[in-house]
Amino acid sequence: MTTTLAPPTPVRARVLDRRRYLAPTTFIVLGVVDIFVFGLFAHRGDAVFALSLPGATPKLPGIHVPGALTAYVLGVISIGVGILRAVVDLPRWGKRLSIAVVLLCFLLSLLAWADAGNSVGPLQIVDLLQGTLTASIPLVLGALAGLLGERAGVINIAIEGQLLTGAFVAAAVASVTGGVWLGLLGGSLAGGLVGAILAIFAIMFLVDQIIVGVVLNVIALGLTNYLYDRVMVPYATTFNSGNTFGTLKIPVLGNIPIIGPVFFDSNIFLYITYALILVIQIALFRTRWGLRVRAVGEHPVAADTVGIRVLWTRYRNVILGGLVAGIGGAYLTVGSVGFFTSDISSGFGYIALAAMIFGRWTPLGSVAAALLFGFSYQLQTELSVLRVPVSSFILLMAPYVATIIAVAGLVGRVRPPAADGQPYVKA
Amino acid sequence: MSDQHEAEPSAEPYVASATAEGADAPQPDGRRPLTGNMIIQAVTEGHSVVLTILAVFIALLVGAVLIVASDPVVLRAWDSFGYAPGTAFTATWDSVSAAYSALFEGAIFSPATVSAAFHGGSIAAIFYPLSLTAFEATPLILTGLSVAVCFRAGMFNIGAAGQWIGGALVATWLGYAVHLPIVLHAIVCIIGAFAGGAVLGWLVGIIKARTGAHEVILTIMLNYVMYNFLTFLLSSQSLMQAPRQTNAVAPNIAGSATLPHVGGPPPQAGVGFLIALAAAAGTWWLLSRSTMGFEFRTVGASPSAARSAGISVERVWVLSFLIAGGLAGLSASTIVQGQTAPLTFNSYGTYGFDGITVALLGRARPLGVLLAGLLFGALDAGGTVMEAATGVPADITNVIEALIVLLVAAPPLIRMLFRLRSTGAGPQAVASKGWSG
Repeated sequence: MTTTLAPPTPVRARVLDRRRYLAPTTFIVLGVVDIFVFGLFAHRGDAVFALSLPGATPKLPGIHVPGALTAYVLGVISIGVGILRAVVDLPRWGKRLSIAVVLLCFLLSLLAWADAGNSVGPLQIVDLLQGTLTASIPLVLGALAGLLGERAGVINIAIEGQLLTGAFVAAAVASVTGGVWLGLLGGSLAGGLVGAILAIFAIMFLVDQIIVGVVLNVIALGLTNYLYDRVMVPYATTFNSGNTFGTLKIPVLGNIPIIGPVFFDSNIFLYITYALILVIQIALFRTRWGLRVRAVGEHPVAADTVGIRVLWTRYRNVILGGLVAGIGGAYLTVGSVGFFTSDISSGFGYIALAAMIFGRWTPLGSVAAALLFGFSYQLQTELSVLRVPVSSFILLMAPYVATIIAVAGLVGRVRPPAADGQPYVKA
Repeated sequence: MSDQHEAEPSAEPYVASATAEGADAPQPDGRRPLTGNMIIQAVTEGHSVVLTILAVFIALLVGAVLIVASDPVVLRAWDSFGYAPGTAFTATWDSVSAAYSALFEGAIFSPATVSAAFHGGSIAAIFYPLSLTAFEATPLILTGLSVAVCFRAGMFNIGAAGQWIGGALVATWLGYAVHLPIVLHAIVCIIGAFAGGAVLGWLVGIIKARTGAHEVILTIMLNYVMYNFLTFLLSSQSLMQAPRQTNAVAPNIAGSATLPHVGGPPPQAGVGFLIALAAAAGTWWLLSRSTMGFEFRTVGASPSAARSAGISVERVWVLSFLIAGGLAGLSASTIVQGQTAPLTFNSYGTYGFDGITVALLGRARPLGVLLAGLLFGALDAGGTVMEAATGVPADITNVIEALIVLLVAAPPLIRMLFRLRSTGAGPQAVASKGWSG
C-alpha cells in the first residue's frame, strides 16, 4: 500500500518540465492546421450555418461566413493563444479557457471548411447540437456510474456490461408489460444488479476490481447475445416489440430559438440526465454524504477510524452507480430505437470510462468529455449528409486521438482517488 | 501454474493493520508431489487445480440452467409437471445432454468417427475435433500471452485488439503486395505482424513512460482508433481495399504467404498452433529465465522498489508493452495467414478481449495461458458444432468462459460453495493495481 504513495520525484519533475511546452505546441499545431488545411483547402464561397431546423417557427436566418477567411482568422487566434500560453504563466482558469478557445476555433474552422461553397445545403447547427446531446446521454450516465463507484474506491470497468444488461432488460420489460416506465425501471435495476455482483466480488471476495469488471462485461455480452438469439429473435413480438418514450417538450423553455430544440425538446432521458448530473455534482462536493464518500475513496483507514462504514459506503455507491448506468442502458433501447440488437452498447461503456478519467473523476468534467465524444459522432453524421469528401472513419477516429493527446499532453498524470481499486480489509 | 512457487509479491489488499489475513501464510500449493493423502488434502483445502476444475463444473452447471430455461420444449414439459413429472425431467436431461454432448463431440472427439474409421472411414476424422480446438485456441493463446506479459509487469493491456489489427494490417499488406519465395514470404509476414503489433504496443508504453498517462485509457482509445483505421484502409480503393470490391475487404494474400495446415484446409490446426506453442515457450523463458523478465516481474511487484534497485521502470513499461503488442500481432498473423478468408473490417473479432480472460484464467503464467487458451478453444470449437446441431446459440460458451474466470478469481466463493477448508491466502489471481499502479 505504500508503493502508490511514494511519488517518483525526479521523473515527475522532468515530465512536468516537458509538459510545459506540450500545450502551447499543440495549440500552435492546431492553429497551423486551421490555416493550412481548412483555410487553404476550403472551397470558394460562403459557409452557411442554419440556426433553426427546417420548418421550425420562428425561423432564424442562417449565418453566412466566407469559408477560407474564417479558417484563417480562427487559426491566427489559436496560434496567438498558444504563444500567450507559452510566454505567460496563466492562472488555472486561464489554462482551461485557453483549451476551450483553441478547441472551439478548431471545430469552427473545420465546420467552415466543410460547408464552404457546399451545394447540398447549410450545416444544420441545431441538429448537430441536438444529436450531440442525445448521443452523449449513455456516455454521461455511464461516466457518472463510474465515478460514483470510484469516488468510494471501487473501480467500475463493468459500465459496458451495465449499459448492455440495462438495454436488454429495458427492452424486454417494456415489451412484455407494454409500459415504457416499467422498462426504464427494469433497465435501471438490471444495471444495479450488475453493480451488486461487482460489489460482492470486489468487496466481499477481494477479487481484483478491474478483473471483475472486464469479466462481467464478457458475461453481459455473452448472456444478452445468447438470450437475444434464443428468445428475442424467435419471439420478437412478445420480447422485443420496440416500445419507446415519446418526446416531451418543456412548455416555455422549449420555444426559445436554438436553445429550446437543443436542450428542452427531447424525451425523458435527457431530463433525467440533467437531474442526475446536478444531484451527483452537488451531493459529492457539497454534502456530508459526499464528504464521507470521498473520504472512503481517498483514505479508508481514516474514514473507518472516524466511524464511517467503509464497506457499506462502497456497496451502496457501486450499486447506485449500477442503477445510473442501467438508466443509460435503458436509453439505448426504450429511449431511442426501441429494439434491442446484439451488442447495442457497442463500447459506450468503455468510452464513458475514458470520459470519466478525462473529466478527472468529477461529474461536470465527465459531462464535458462525454459531450466531446457525442459531438464527434453527430458531426460525422452531419458531414456525411453534406457529402463532405472526408472519410467518416477518419472523423470517427478523431475523438479517440484527441483523448490520447489530452490524456498524454494536456491532462497528463490524472490523479484518481487515492484508494481507488484497493480493497479494504478491516483490521 | 507450474511455476507458482516463484515468490511473486502480489498487490496486497489495502489493510488497516499489518496482520493481513493470510498475507504471510505459506502458499498451500507449492511444488509438492501429489500422492495419496496429498491428493485428499489438495481437494479438501482447495488446491488451485481443484478450484479450477470446480469452477469449470459450476460454470457448466450455470450454462445448463441457461440452456434449459430458454428451451421451449423443456418449459412446456415443466408446465405439465403435475400430469407427467417424468416427462419434465426427461426433457430437461435431453436438452442439456444433447447440447453438451454436441459441445464435447465438436471439441474433443466424437465416438461416431471411431466406428466410422472401423468401417473404412478416415482415421484423420477422429482427430478433426481436436484439430479444430487447437485452431480456435491458437489466436487466444497468443493474445492471452500478450495480456499476461503486461500483467506480470504490473500493467493491464486492454489493447490487444488494436495491436492485433496493427499486426494484421502489416501481415496482409506484405502478403499481397510483396512477392517472395514460398517459405521466406510466410516468415516475412510473421515478422511483419509481430512488428506491426509491437509498434502499437510501443506507442502505449512510450506515452505512458513519457507522460504518465494510464495504459488502460490509452489502450482503449487506441483500440477504437485502430477499428476505424482498419475500416478506413479497407474501404478505400486507393489504399488496401480489394480491387472491384464495395465491401471493406482486403485482397487475398498470396499463396506463398499462407501458413500450411495439417491435413485438409482450415479450420484445422497447423503452423499457427506451432507458433503459439513457440511463443508460449519463449514467453516462459523471457519471464522466468531472463534478466529482462526479472525486471518485468520486479516492476510488476513494486515499481518503487524496482526503481530503488536501479531498474528503469519506464524502460520496462515500454519493453513489456512492445513485446505484448508483438504477441498480439502474432495472433493476427495466425488468423490472416492461417485462414483462407481475407482480412475484413471485423476480422479482429473478440480475440483481444478473450485474451484478457485467457490470461486471467492462466494466472498470467505462460503454461497456464496455454492451458486456458486450449480450454477456451475447445469451448469455442464445440460451441459452433453445438449451435449447428441443437440450435443452442454458441454465445453460451462465452458466458461459461467468463464464469470460469470469475469463479477462479474468487477462491473464497468456491470454498464457500463446496465447504472446503480455507488455508491462508490460496491462489492469488493476477492483480493489477488500480489506476495508480
